[in-house]
Amino acid sequence: MSLRNRELLNLVVVGALTALGFASVYIARQAVVSTASLSYAALFLALYLVAHLVARYAVPYADPYLLPMAALLTAVGLTEIYRIHPRDAFRQGIWVIIAVGVFAGTLLALRRDYRRLESYKYIFGLTAIGLLVLPALPGLGTTVNGARLWIHFGSLQFQPGEIAKLCLIVFLAGYLREKREVLAQGRLKDFGPLLVIWGGAMLVLVETNDLGSAFLYYGIFLAMLYVATGRLLYTGIGIALFLAGSYFVYTKVAHVHERVTIWLHPWTDHKVYCAQTGQMLLRQDCGSYQLVKSLYSVGNGGWLGTGFGRGTFETAQGHQLIPDLNTDFIYSALAQELGLIGISALLLLFMVFALRGMRIALLADDGFSKLAAAGLTFGFALQTFIIVGGILRVLPLTGITLPFVSYGGSSVVANFVLLAGLLLISNRANAPRDA
Amino acid sequence: MNRQITKLAVASLILLAALVVATTYWQTWASASLAEKQDNAIQRVAQFRIKRGLIRAADGTLLATNVRRKVGGQTLYFRRYPTGKLFANLVGYSTQVRSRAGLEQSENAYLTASNANLSTIFNKTLDKLKGVTITGNDLILSVRPGIQRLAMQQLAGKCGAAVVMNPQTGKVYALASQPTYDPNLVENHFNLIKAPGAPCHPAAPLLNRATDGLFTPGSTFKVVTATAALDSHKFTPGSTFYDPGYCIEYGKQVSNAASPDGPVESFGHPTLAQGLQHSINSVFCNVGKALGAGTILEYMKKFGFYKDPPLETPADEKVPSGLYHGGRLFFPRDPRTQVDPGRLAFGQETLAVTPLQMAMVASTVANGGVTMEPQVLNRVVDAGGATVVQVHPHALRRVMSKQTANELTSMMVAAVNDGTGGAAAIPGISVAGKTGTAETGTTGINTTWFIAFAPAYHPTVAVAVTLENQTGFGGTTAAPIAKQLMQAVLSPRSNK
Repeated sequence: MSLRNRELLNLVVVGALTALGFASVYIARQAVVSTASLSYAALFLALYLVAHLVARYAVPYADPYLLPMAALLTAVGLTEIYRIHPRDAFRQGIWVIIAVGVFAGTLLALRRDYRRLESYKYIFGLTAIGLLVLPALPGLGTTVNGARLWIHFGSLQFQPGEIAKLCLIVFLAGYLREKREVLAQGRLKDFGPLLVIWGGAMLVLVETNDLGSAFLYYGIFLAMLYVATGRLLYTGIGIALFLAGSYFVYTKVAHVHERVTIWLHPWTDHKVYCAQTGQMLLRQDCGSYQLVKSLYSVGNGGWLGTGFGRGTFETAQGHQLIPDLNTDFIYSALAQELGLIGISALLLLFMVFALRGMRIALLADDGFSKLAAAGLTFGFALQTFIIVGGILRVLPLTGITLPFVSYGGSSVVANFVLLAGLLLISNRANAPRDA
Repeated sequence: MNRQITKLAVASLILLAALVVATTYWQTWASASLAEKQDNAIQRVAQFRIKRGLIRAADGTLLATNVRRKVGGQTLYFRRYPTGKLFANLVGYSTQVRSRAGLEQSENAYLTASNANLSTIFNKTLDKLKGVTITGNDLILSVRPGIQRLAMQQLAGKCGAAVVMNPQTGKVYALASQPTYDPNLVENHFNLIKAPGAPCHPAAPLLNRATDGLFTPGSTFKVVTATAALDSHKFTPGSTFYDPGYCIEYGKQVSNAASPDGPVESFGHPTLAQGLQHSINSVFCNVGKALGAGTILEYMKKFGFYKDPPLETPADEKVPSGLYHGGRLFFPRDPRTQVDPGRLAFGQETLAVTPLQMAMVASTVANGGVTMEPQVLNRVVDAGGATVVQVHPHALRRVMSKQTANELTSMMVAAVNDGTGGAAAIPGISVAGKTGTAETGTTGINTTWFIAFAPAYHPTVAVAVTLENQTGFGGTTAAPIAKQLMQAVLSPRSNK
């Protein structure tokens, strides 16, 4: 069977699963939602087919599993968003349509040779820093939950960090491909631009008050540096510098300090001062409210979960029990409804996606492609680790989206561009030599 | 570069596998402890799909039942309390918006069939597989609605509490607290819960005064001091004292009378027995000085002071009795210098006790010196009527010798027959009792007490009654209520 036919078959299976998901939400919540829910499944099958046809034309030799997996993750996310808040699902649906459009555009624009992006690497690097700085600008940035991650144009909100991540990877792939030999020998002056990026990431951390983003960009940087030079020592020094920088920020920035305290001690027996309200409250009623409520949601799932549409997210009076369920905490909602077995399957999907991405990096035959594929894939895995690990108290909680699953326009668009990038690289690697 | 990419792939896999491990931890290992957290609203709301177990009094009267309601396509079971205010502070409530209280909180595991008994687990799993509504286990309590109603009526319009129990088994017949509230209002009309006319501030209608209210015990505490005096063999009921109407402590006179302005009343040369009978402070002041605070504290601990009373109600609705300093339980490291033994001996110092603890003191004397665990739960039965748990009477410890208990009983009988507790006398039945009138710091305003048991030589009922902000004495305000409660238990008509 040809690669694209295999992709089509997988997409049909995903479409069936999507229909099943929406149907179970509909059955469980007939009083709240209508049969219109099933039209979502139909719409998405159609959308996946459009994406497939574009892929068939633009990247005929690309990996046949990535698009169906991305489609399935998006569908799971959309089903859960629909179950939590049907109106948000409509907006998210619009965003997915836009994302598939951008995906198709990227494939068509770069189908001949994406490697020409390499010559614009510094423009990509500066764009990344520029995008990261945007939310810190007065008048443009918006503070959400103590972190400045958003910019707004009128009513439109946008998280530039998601796009910056992709630009950074292109820059790093280009720069490291060019300098990898001299970097491996340890010529100090070649580290200049890299240390500027490190400083930039730390600056972002301070300016946006967000440990998670800095962790993500810096992690991608270290991983790509390691792939390029093969020297673990650099990674070790990098981790040491990151820890030193993080500790400095931890001691100086109250917002970061509080997040770490919440992480280590989410429950208190006695009341502590609550900065948000100015009262004495138990920490689980104040700073760690979100974390604790989301853990209760995960815990309530147990082995088998409650089933799609049957989880408990609000009281009979409609009072929300878990804040930000659509975005940062969609994993806790899914964990409750799918249970350990279902959510492990979802995590397995993330793993397979990461492995297919790394396989593309292995098969690619030029340095830029290898570095870009490894960077994009590792960024995907690390971002998943940061948000889900934050929810599960593996590390301090920071508001990052879960790739493909969370509610949020900029996130979905950026992830579909990432998918397009991996498919382009894969297509080139798998293409017959004479093509 | 392929070597590095392979390693990076492994690293990515480890990161994501760590998430599977962490999720497994929270969804299996830690799931039960998460479910037990008080602020776990998800668990609480989710439990409204369970047909919660019923709560019944000893005679079968329904105290808590369910109302089925369809909300958002789901069948939910909301609570209803047919007896309203009668058992509110004991039974508590189970709501979506305001968590749980009382037995609804502490016995939640039985009521939601999440207890670890094999038969319950089996039935629940079967229900889950069949897809039918899970039904909780029913609680059968030891409380008697007739006695409880009488206690609540007697306390009505006052602030106070009454505990009625069987001294031989520890089974509680009534646990009354006023002012109280209607548990049916908690879910949707919490703002209507008020007690505007209550003669105490804050009125705190949600507070279970019987187990969670702290009051100065006054002279009822002399029973504890007398136990220490007799059981330590330092004194006998016939030991004599000189009473000039006061006792000298730290060079100052401590008068017998509740009011220092009152006339000095002297009893001449009373015995210890007469000291208890007429509640003479100077006698106990001297006993306390002779015994030392350390010995009295030792007996307090034997009676169960300094520990939450072992009743089935939630831990946060019970407080230990003992000395309190600055709102905190205080156990002196050096009792000789940190505690005034004379004032401790007649129940002042900084003593604060719960009515339940004082009922346990009376019960212990009644039961020949052995403290029984106070219990309000008789049985847990499943939806099919089969007994899941039978709660058997449980002796906690021997506090005093049988002889000490007998001597104390005689002294307490004298206090009712010809002493301060005359108002508790029941014709034809010998009653043992002790009054208490504790100063509150405001002249003329007292906390009044009566603890008693009957029939004195074959006791089947023990009581403790406490009233706040009284102008009278324990013998005139609390003793008549205690008498009515004991009479009600002893009359054959109540044993239905």
